[in-house]
Amino acid sequence: MRPALWADVRAFEPAAEGLEAELLLRVPSDVAFVEEAVELVARHLEVSFIDRRLVRFNLRLALTEALANAIYYGNAQDETKGVAVRVLFGRHAVHLEVTDEGGGFDYRFLPDPTLPEARMLPTGRGLFLIRNMVDEVRFNATGNSICMILRRD
Amino acid sequence: MTFSVRKESNGVVVVAVDGQLIVGNRQELKQRILDALEAGDRKFLVDFSRTGYIDSSGLGVLVSLSKKIRDQGGDLRLAGLNEDLKTLFELTKLDTLFGISDSPDEALTAF
Repeated sequence: MRPALWADVRAFEPAAEGLEAELLLRVPSDVAFVEEAVELVARHLEVSFIDRRLVRFNLRLALTEALANAIYYGNAQDETKGVAVRVLFGRHAVHLEVTDEGGGFDYRFLPDPTLPEARMLPTGRGLFLIRNMVDEVRFNATGNSICMILRRD
Repeated sequence: MTFSVRKESNGVVVVAVDGQLIVGNRQELKQRILDALEAGDRKFLVDFSRTGYIDSSGLGVLVSLSKKIRDQGGDLRLAGLNEDLKTLFELTKLDTLFGISDSPDEALTAF
């Protein structure tokens, strides 16, 4: 049976940092699911988060990058593994957590993709884009879970 | 994402993208342009007038295509980027790698 995208939304208790609702997804380790997962999250946030432009572009791009990293590098496209997405959101803040089942990676030493010698390379821009699309990026100690935070007053 | 391909009278192959150029769909576009390059076409314009966002995989495909096309003495130009996409190309400094025009018509005159 073809793996399927799974999602659930519920109120977030206790409400903290202006976060009122929680959306949970499980995305199969196949990049063909990325756009569908991103659209599902974006549709929820477009009606709740105050800045629609950030949802339209920054959030969609950051989540696409995080899912692609999780599927390619974290889970190595292993179809027995999934990517867990947890979105906590309210009118003024969004926390996007993307967790894969891999061993993590060292996110501290990544070359600058805008240097002249790196610009001609087809890879190496994913985390750079994430960092530029959101206000704050956190990783867990293992390095297999990223939390991307957007805030607007 | 879908795309259509047409050839202008001046020989420019225009690829009009409808939707997002991202990790799940980029290979199809890449292969279509590589096939045209193989068949002898050298001038390419990708029209992003109907594209909301491009991810790092999509940017990677454009970088890779640009190199292959230039190695064959050709040119790859981009047009129709929305404000967010223009910012993305500036942020990644890829605006230095591609000829970027506001509209497809403007790009066609730039070859």
